Amino acid sequence: MTTPFYVSPEQLMKDRADYVRKNIARGGSVAVLNYDGGILFVAENRSRVLHKISEIYDRVGFAAAGKYNEFENLRQAGVRLADTRGYLYDRRDVSALGLANAYAQTLGTIFSEAGGKPYEVELIIAEVGDRPEQDQIYRLTYDGSVADAHGFVVIGGAADEVSRVLEGSYAEGAHLGAALRTAVAALGRDGTETRELSPTQLEVAVLDRSRKRDRKFRRLVGAQLSRLLADEPGADEAAVSDNGNGDNGTGDGGDADGADAAASAPTAGEGGTAPASGGGKSGAKSGASAEQGDILDDIDDVLEDGDDEAGSRG
Amino acid sequence: MEGQGAGRFPGQAAGTGGGLMGGAFMQSGTSSFTEFLAAYNPEYLPGRRMAALGRTGGSVPLDLPHGTTIVALTFPGGVLMAGDRRATAGNMIAQRDIEKVFPADEYSVVGIAGTAGIAVEMVKLFQVELEHYEKIEGVELSLDGKANRLATMIRGNLGLAMQGLAVVPLFAGYDLESGEGRIFSYDPVGGQYPEHGFFSVGSGSVFARGALKKLYRSDLDATGAATAAIQALYDAADDDSATGGPDLTRKIYPVVAVVTEEGYRRLPEDEVSVLVHEIVEARYGSPDGPQAPLR
Repeated sequence: MTTPFYVSPEQLMKDRADYVRKNIARGGSVAVLNYDGGILFVAENRSRVLHKISEIYDRVGFAAAGKYNEFENLRQAGVRLADTRGYLYDRRDVSALGLANAYAQTLGTIFSEAGGKPYEVELIIAEVGDRPEQDQIYRLTYDGSVADAHGFVVIGGAADEVSRVLEGSYAEGAHLGAALRTAVAALGRDGTETRELSPTQLEVAVLDRSRKRDRKFRRLVGAQLSRLLADEPGADEAAVSDNGNGDNGTGDGGDADGADAAASAPTAGEGGTAPASGGGKSGAKSGASAEQGDILDDIDDVLEDGDDEAGSRG
Repeated sequence: MEGQGAGRFPGQAAGTGGGLMGGAFMQSGTSSFTEFLAAYNPEYLPGRRMAALGRTGGSVPLDLPHGTTIVALTFPGGVLMAGDRRATAGNMIAQRDIEKVFPADEYSVVGIAGTAGIAVEMVKLFQVELEHYEKIEGVELSLDGKANRLATMIRGNLGLAMQGLAVVPLFAGYDLESGEGRIFSYDPVGGQYPEHGFFSVGSGSVFARGALKKLYRSDLDATGAATAAIQALYDAADDDSATGGPDLTRKIYPVVAVVTEEGYRRLPEDEVSVLVHEIVEARYGSPDGPQAPLR
């Protein structure tokens, strides 16, 4: 076989696009939805420490599908860009639109570069506003295309299939619990069988506009997540009221601590702080460093399977 | 903002691939915002632009006290910090209601004495530094780690400090691992010293520390600690012209903040007002404050 002397640009781009699309479809999906209190992120993710969903800035969240080290690199660059802009100008001057544009330029350049490999990633950048009309969700594909989305958007894995399901089941202005259950049900229907995803297979976070702190991003973990999934009475209220100053945006809330804190949290009117799960946090910290040391080799597999079994792909 | 970044989106580095976010943003490899900023454009660091202008002429000895009093006290389950509201320029009162006590992050608080412009910028950078680390790494720094980062920033300001533009912070926080409040003091060269019980910085610190020596107990509750702190600030204002006492007519009171396992909480104005009025009322009868027993 002789090496082709000339490859048309269309063929070159098509090959790269096919390569990326195929790899992104191998992982799990991430869904981002509007709900009445803000924006909800739900991902199939069996790892407790390797995140597909992250905080970028006060009102801006990040979700990604594809190759972990590549989107982790983009995530960190986004945090640096946001913190720099917020520091040089003002915190209010950091927006999802600005970040989405920066990511689009970066991904576009990486995709078109002749020598390199395109990034196998798809990103969602979302910003929560003071009112639902001000919420923004942007979807970025591997080649730097940006689209703004309304209602919901799904990336990664069998995104088209999950989107189709959400098309029928999504309801605007839903409460947190209802929106979460809708999303989880759709994520489970990504193949021929319908899977029921349990809390340990999920990574869930919200940008909660009612949160008193500037930083609106919050992870839903442990008992709080279980209660919302099980549609227990009072779970929505508990999740919303646990939004005072005592919350740590990025850390794991711990398991039992999170729900008990939520149940006894002061109401918004008191101006006090919600109790933070101090014990749970230090536990999560030591666990994180141990697990990251073990599984750096096959990070993508761990994201899908939860153990460091190199062979199986999710 | 000017210099390298003029007219271009921050992060646009010449000659590297990756478009807007190439160069420094994608290759940084550090979780420290200060280090990243120094690599990206050192002019953005506090006071750097002034240092580049050369000597301001007329150096001031390093140990000149700075117009302010900040006090911090530990109590079971947390730590409290309070600061006065006066900013002076020479013999003039530059501002009556400046705030010198800030949350560094959810579980720590920093108070600043020294050149106000640089100090406020440094606090802002410190806040971003802590938040940045937390977002990049996914976990908060330990309290000792935070204290060390602040020491590094103070050390970076040594050039300006030697020209008379020093920043001297007081840092305190709730240690999630030990369940205690802790206090750290600094000197202009970036030395960091853990303090026990109580401490004070600023031009009025000598008087405040003397007051706290007689008032402080290790088993105060948050309200008791706040009262002791406000008494100490009152005594500092009584003897130091650069420290402002409570302004009852304008309702300008010391900033009082508490950090416990529930996080940072600034006492609302009405709470502080109640304590201030009680204290001032008692001073009518005993102007030098509560009398301590001789033994």
